[in-house]
Parts: sequence; C-alpha cells; structure tokens
Amino acid sequence: MARALTINGKTQTVNSPDNVPLLWVLRDELNMTGTKFGCGVASCGACTVHIDGEAVRSCQIAVADVWGDITTIEGVGTPDNLAHIQAAWIDHQVAQCGYCQSGQIMQAASLLAQIPTPTDQDIDDAMLGNLCRCGTYPRIRAAIKDAAARIQEA
Amino acid sequence: MASIGKIARRTFLFGAVAVAGGAAFGFYKLTQTPPNPLNPDDGALNPFVVINADGITLIAPRAEMGQGVHTTLPALVAEELDVALADIKVIHGPAAKAYFNQALLGAAFPVTDYKRKPWHDDTAHFLGNAAKFLDLQVTGGSTSTRDGFVKMREAGAAAREMLKDAAAEQLGVKSAELATENGAVIAPDGTRLPYADLAPAATKLKPRNVTLRDPSEWKTLGKSQPRTDMVGKSTGTATFGIDFRAPGMKFATVKMSPKRSSMRSFDPSDAILMDGVEKIIDLGDGFAVVATNTWLAFQAADAVRVEWDDAPYPADTDAQMAKIAEAFDTSPNSTGRNDGDVETASGDTISAEYSVPFLAHATMEPMTTAAKFTGDALEVWSPNQGPMLIRNWCADAVGLDPEQVTVHTMLMGGAFGRRGEVDFAVLAARVAREMPDTPVLVTWSREEDMRHDFYRPAAIARMSGKVQDGQITALDAQVAAPSPSHQAMARWLGREMGGPDAELTAGVADQPYGIPNYRTRGYLADLDVPVGFWRSVGASYGGFFFDGFIDELAHAAGRDPLEVRLELARREHAPSASVIEKVRDMSGWTGQTPAGIGRGIGFTYSFGTPVAQVIEVRDTDAGIKIDKAWIACDPGTALDPSIIHAQMMGGCIFGLSAATNGQITFTDGEVDQWNFPDYDGLRMHNAPEIEVAILENADGISGVGEPGTPPAAPALANALFDLTGQRARRLPLGLDYSLLI
Ligand code: FES
Ligand code: FES
Repeated sequence: MARALTINGKTQTVNSPDNVPLLWVLRDELNMTGTKFGCGVASCGACTVHIDGEAVRSCQIAVADVWGDITTIEGVGTPDNLAHIQAAWIDHQVAQCGYCQSGQIMQAASLLAQIPTPTDQDIDDAMLGNLCRCGTYPRIRAAIKDAAARIQEA
Repeated sequence: MASIGKIARRTFLFGAVAVAGGAAFGFYKLTQTPPNPLNPDDGALNPFVVINADGITLIAPRAEMGQGVHTTLPALVAEELDVALADIKVIHGPAAKAYFNQALLGAAFPVTDYKRKPWHDDTAHFLGNAAKFLDLQVTGGSTSTRDGFVKMREAGAAAREMLKDAAAEQLGVKSAELATENGAVIAPDGTRLPYADLAPAATKLKPRNVTLRDPSEWKTLGKSQPRTDMVGKSTGTATFGIDFRAPGMKFATVKMSPKRSSMRSFDPSDAILMDGVEKIIDLGDGFAVVATNTWLAFQAADAVRVEWDDAPYPADTDAQMAKIAEAFDTSPNSTGRNDGDVETASGDTISAEYSVPFLAHATMEPMTTAAKFTGDALEVWSPNQGPMLIRNWCADAVGLDPEQVTVHTMLMGGAFGRRGEVDFAVLAARVAREMPDTPVLVTWSREEDMRHDFYRPAAIARMSGKVQDGQITALDAQVAAPSPSHQAMARWLGREMGGPDAELTAGVADQPYGIPNYRTRGYLADLDVPVGFWRSVGASYGGFFFDGFIDELAHAAGRDPLEVRLELARREHAPSASVIEKVRDMSGWTGQTPAGIGRGIGFTYSFGTPVAQVIEVRDTDAGIKIDKAWIACDPGTALDPSIIHAQMMGGCIFGLSAATNGQITFTDGEVDQWNFPDYDGLRMHNAPEIEVAILENADGISGVGEPGTPPAAPALANALFDLTGQRARRLPLGLDYSLLI
C-alpha cells in the first residue's frame, strides 16, 4: 500500500489504505495539520489544497486517486517567508478563530492564479464553497483584492 | 458594608440563577487572593506575568477562541509594563483558581446594567469573587476584557514596580529615581537594565500597591494592534485542539446516543474487523472507536450496529414547542421589569406571538480533545472555555482527584459558548482510561457535533403593546423557554439549581427604553432537550422578540421606526440613543426606500453594550439579498478598534446566519440536521458589506464578543417587512421569504 505523493515539492511515502481521503493522510499520517477538517462532505472548504494548481476538497479525494502534485497551506509560505496572499491576510487582520483560513487562502490563491484581478462577482463565485462561522468574509474580500494588487506589482 | 453583606448572604447569582447560598462564603474568603499557581523560580512575578531568559510571557486567564483576547489581554499588560506587544508571548493558563472570572458572576448582579450606580458595581465586583469558589475560570459572557481591564494592567504595573525595586536594590538608588522603557529599567545615568536580568531578584520581592496610568497616557491601548495569533492562523502553523499530536498517539471518535439515551443493543462485530481499527469501547450511552486514523474511526463507527433507547424529552419539534407554550399557564419564573401599569395604560392594543427554533453552535472545528491516562494521572489537551470545570469532571470520570489531572487549553476553532461545556473532554478522558499510557485524540464527526450540541433554546413570546397619539404607551412581554442557566449549572456544578433566571427575558426586560408602562415576565419551560449558552444567550431570541415588536408598534403608531427607538432611548440612556443616531447618519436613513429595496433597524442592549444595526435588502432574480449592514456600538472604552470591528462584523454575520437558515428540529427524538448542507451559514456571496462605528460615550468598559449578534435578526426581519409588507414573526426567515442562498 506504500505510495509516493509529491507534497509541497517533496516526495513523501505514505501507507494509509487506498480509500482514505487525502485530508486524513495529510493530517493523521504525515502530521501536516495546517489543512483542516470541517465537514467531510465537501460543504465547508476547510480542507482545500491544490492538486496541480487546482483547488480541491481533500476530504473527497481518496489517496489512491490523487492525480498530481499537491500543495498545502504549509507550501504556500511560512511565517518567515510569507507569500503575498498571506501578507495581505495578515495586513487585513482577517482571521478570528482562524480555523477556516487555511482553506480560504488556498481557495483564494487558486482564484488569483486563474483570474489575476478578480471582480466582486469572481470572488463570490470562487469563494462561496468556503464557510467561515466567524464571519470574516468582508475582510477576506478586501485581502483578496489587496493580494491581487501585490502579485501584480511583484 | 451591611447592605453588601446582606446581599452576599442571600444569594449569588449567575444569569440571576441562585447558584449557592451566600452562607458558604464569608467576606474574608471572598476577598482572599487565591494562591499563585506558578513558581517564582521560573520567573513568575505574579500569576500572569513571567519574565525569564525566554522573554516575557503572559499566562492568559481567558482562552482564545477567535475573539482576540490573546491580543487585548497582553496589550493591557504591555501598557503598564513598558514593553512592546510583540515582545509578549501569550499562553493559555493552567486550571487554577487564580484565573477565575470575576466579571462573569459580577455581570449577573440583578440591576439592569445601564442603570447601575457605582455602589452596584462595587457589590457586583464583590459578588464576582464567588467565581473562584465555583471554579469559574470561564471564558464567556463577553467578560474577558471587562474582567481583565484592571486585573491585567495591575499585573503589568505590579511586575514593573517589582523590577524597578530589584534594580533600585542593585544600584543602591531609590526606586522612584528609575524609569522603565521598552523592556528595561533605566538607571539615572541612562544605563539599561533588561527585565530578564532583573527578574530572578524581582520575583523574591513583595508586590506593592500600584496606581494605574491615566488613559490619556496610553501608548498601546486604544489603537488597533496586529493580533498575536494572526501569522500562525494565516500560515497553517497555529495549533488547534484537533492538531495536537504526540508520539504513539491513536485517533478516535465517539458516537453517542442521538436521543440522549442508553444503547438498547450494540454489535461492533463487523466494525472491529475494519482497516485500522484497534478498539471499540462500550460507553453505555454510546461507544468509541480507536483507530490509526480519524477517518477510519469514522467509517467503523458508522458500521457498528446500534439501537438507542427512547429520548427523555418529547420526540418531535411540535410536541416540544407545545411543551414550551404550556409554560405560559404556570406562574412566572421571573418578572424582569414592571414599570407603570400595563393593564390600565391607555391606547389601542396590538398583540402578536413570536417564536424561534433551537440552534446549534456549529463551530468550524468540531468537538475534539486529546487525553492520556497513566493510572495515577490524566493529562488532557482540550480547546475549552472552562479548564477548572474540565479538570474536575475529567477527574470524576476516571476516578482520580482533580489534582491528578492536568488541563492544557488549546486554541479553539470557534466556540460561541459550546466549549463552555465539558462533555467532549470527559468523553476523551473515558476513552483514554481504556487505553492506558496511550495518548488518544478524540475527534467528533461534523454529524456527531451537529446532533450532540447543547442548543440555543427554542422560545416563544407573547407580546402585547399599546399606542396612542403616535406614542408607544405600553409594552407587555411574556417569554417562555427552557433555561440554559439551570441546565448548565447542573452540568458545571453537579447540583440542580432552581430560582429565577433573568436570561429568560434577556433582550426584553433590560432594554434602555423609556416606555411608561413596561412589564416583562419569563416562564420556565419544563423541557429536557439539552440547551446551552449560545453567543448572546437569551438576548439572541429576546432581541428578536422585543425589537421586532417595537417595529410593529412604531408602524401601528404611524411613526418612523428609527425615530421611535431614538425617542425611547433618549428618555433612558444617552449612549444608546447615540448609537441609533449614528446608524441613522451612516446609512443615510430617510425612512423611505425605493421599490425593490428594504431597510430595517435593529437595536439591542446586551452585555453592557448598546448596538444598533441598519440592514438593507434587495430583491434579485435569485432571491432577496442582504446587501449592506451599518453597525454602531458603544463598549465604553475601545481598547482595540480592529478587534471590536471584527467582533461586530462577525457577531452580525453569526446572527444573520441563524436568522436566515438556522434551525435545529427533532423527529423521533433525534436532531434532523446532520451537517452544513442542512445547517448552513451565510457565505461570501450572501453576506452583506459591513460598516462599523465604535462610540465611547458610555461609562466604563463592556464586552464586544456577543452584543453584535442580537440586533441582526430583528434588523433583517424589519428590512424584509419594509421590502415586502409581510411581517414574519418566526425564525428562520427563510421559511417565510425567498432569500438568496
Ligand atoms: S472538510 Fe472538506 S469540504 Fe469540509
Ligand atoms: S475565522 Fe473562524 S471560521 Fe473562519
């Protein structure tokens, strides 16, 4: 059952059974806990990661079905080396409890990769699958626009 | 002293529930300082401030659940200690009496907040001391900054003076000749003595009485600070309860009776054979699966064949609501207010019945706790709002003394009152006892979390009022609901508590409106559906009943609903009138809206903070959209405007989420809702744009975590009335309007 996954540019060998969702391989086998569990049924977005750059719900993808390179929140940037999007999130003081924010950032990062200067409608369409029970949406929206500007300038 | 003594002996109040006869605590005990749980040899200058080679650490008496206390509490310390906020590391305190929440019990003093006199506050403060005997080291009731406002500054100031005294001794000068700046004592010749070097000597000195700095001298407080938890939460490196890991740790889940009953039959024979499953534990009223991976545990839990006994409460929502309505036939549990005489007041009578459903907390992070049992000790890693209670109940569950239990409070992925309970930690302790010497992380599935909550109670209100010559002349409100205070006190303290519960009529009885004839009565429903504290508690429904009905009366009186509220508030409480004026100005309220647009105002005074909201809705092809919210609040003193803004915004969205979609219903004794698809919140596309104004006209300081929630539902309902001409008197509003979802 051992299989190789490429996660944040590094190859890792994992042994979880085939049907275990990627989310739980990351969290419980690899102890990469930045990716969160919220619902398990694709309705909250807390578990969002990228596979080959596309935002996906890792709670829905069996580890055997992973089709490409994985990027998690840990691969986006680190406290000492923040990505533009994370710096924007910090400047706008987005997080409250913070639990949904890994997923929000992963979703927003893929939006910005596809649409560098998103409209409000683009933001609504891309982000509506990501629930935030603390109600940080207005600051998320502002941070996405700010991140777009930073990425353009960089 | 006589009058205070009398009050203290008579009763202590929590949400005006009598929690203990005052005889248990004499004055001496109430004012005695609990021991410092920290070791001075580690650099502890007091229970809160630790300075050693690792830097400056604040042992926070309150838990971070998103509300920003791990920024505001250290900011209070930093202000007096003369250090940069960024130089203070914040950690959750251990379970210890030193961290009791004085404001929580003090807030229950039975005089409507806005009418309190200074002697009332002194008495409330004194009563609040009882918290340390009741192990109420609780984060809740919007009290963290209220409780910490003086305490944290005193901790910082006392530490500063001890460091100066140590420097004075070392230099052979008077302490008064020394200054402090940026983490160091400054000698008269300008030499800097870093705090870390002075701390070992300072911890051996006695603290002196300190005088706090005048707010006009504040450098940190009053300004928005970068939150101390923001980088961690933006990089996936913040460690929540669910992220706890230890060598050899197992992953488990529980499935407890959805009817809060026992298991009638239990057959784990298939489940035990499943991948990764190591153990299945019979817990009597449910079971636990221990596995190598949380998801494998979830799968096995679903494969266990189990039948449950019947629920101890009426099996479906209709029967439960009927039980609540029955309470109106009993004598009132509490009379919150009785001004003038509603019976003889003149005017045309208007009556209406309102109702709200049960609600789940639905924190983003489901319930979770890790535990390790070693026979004579239990260690618990739990995201929680009450570590002393967790310690006591976990000890009880595994047959240890509380002293043998160590509680580590973890970062919470939301709480909203849910993590003030102890069930999630007790279950983890019970699982750990069956797995000696093995750390076990117990994580609930979302479905388990949704269906095993302590719900915001369903409630019914019978409202009646009179209007005459454009004036509201009388308001008579009757509210019936089960009591979270009664239930939670039994769960926290192991004793059934009776007596009047002022929370029944919160948001109704305590509003700062000068209505000449104003009566409220609360009726206690005899219903055992598990209910608990949900962000803003009684005001979460009382605000809807009261403010929605005020809107009806205003219309019946032929008046602009905002002007009526303003007029009533002006007679009673100027800061409340000011927040109403503020939202009027922010929103450009004219009382007129174009076709296709509706506007409503909501106002609730709760937890000492008046909040007014104007909400604008718009008809679209996809349904009615909530476009905009303007919010004005007055917490008296704004310690951190950015955090207050966030709490007002979040509180409003939390209230709107419940008002649009939120309901927990029951069939056959089980909750019908399972997960976010059937218990959803607002999202990016249907949450409003929000503007917040923070005023500081009120005296003192009050909380901001909860007061943003109560006015949201009535403001939305009133806006929908303005848009459609139809008034809905029940929540969620999605039942009666086609809202954008
Ligand atoms: S956990 Fe995957 S979408 Fe909620
Ligand atoms: S910040 Fe708490 S759920 Fe989004």
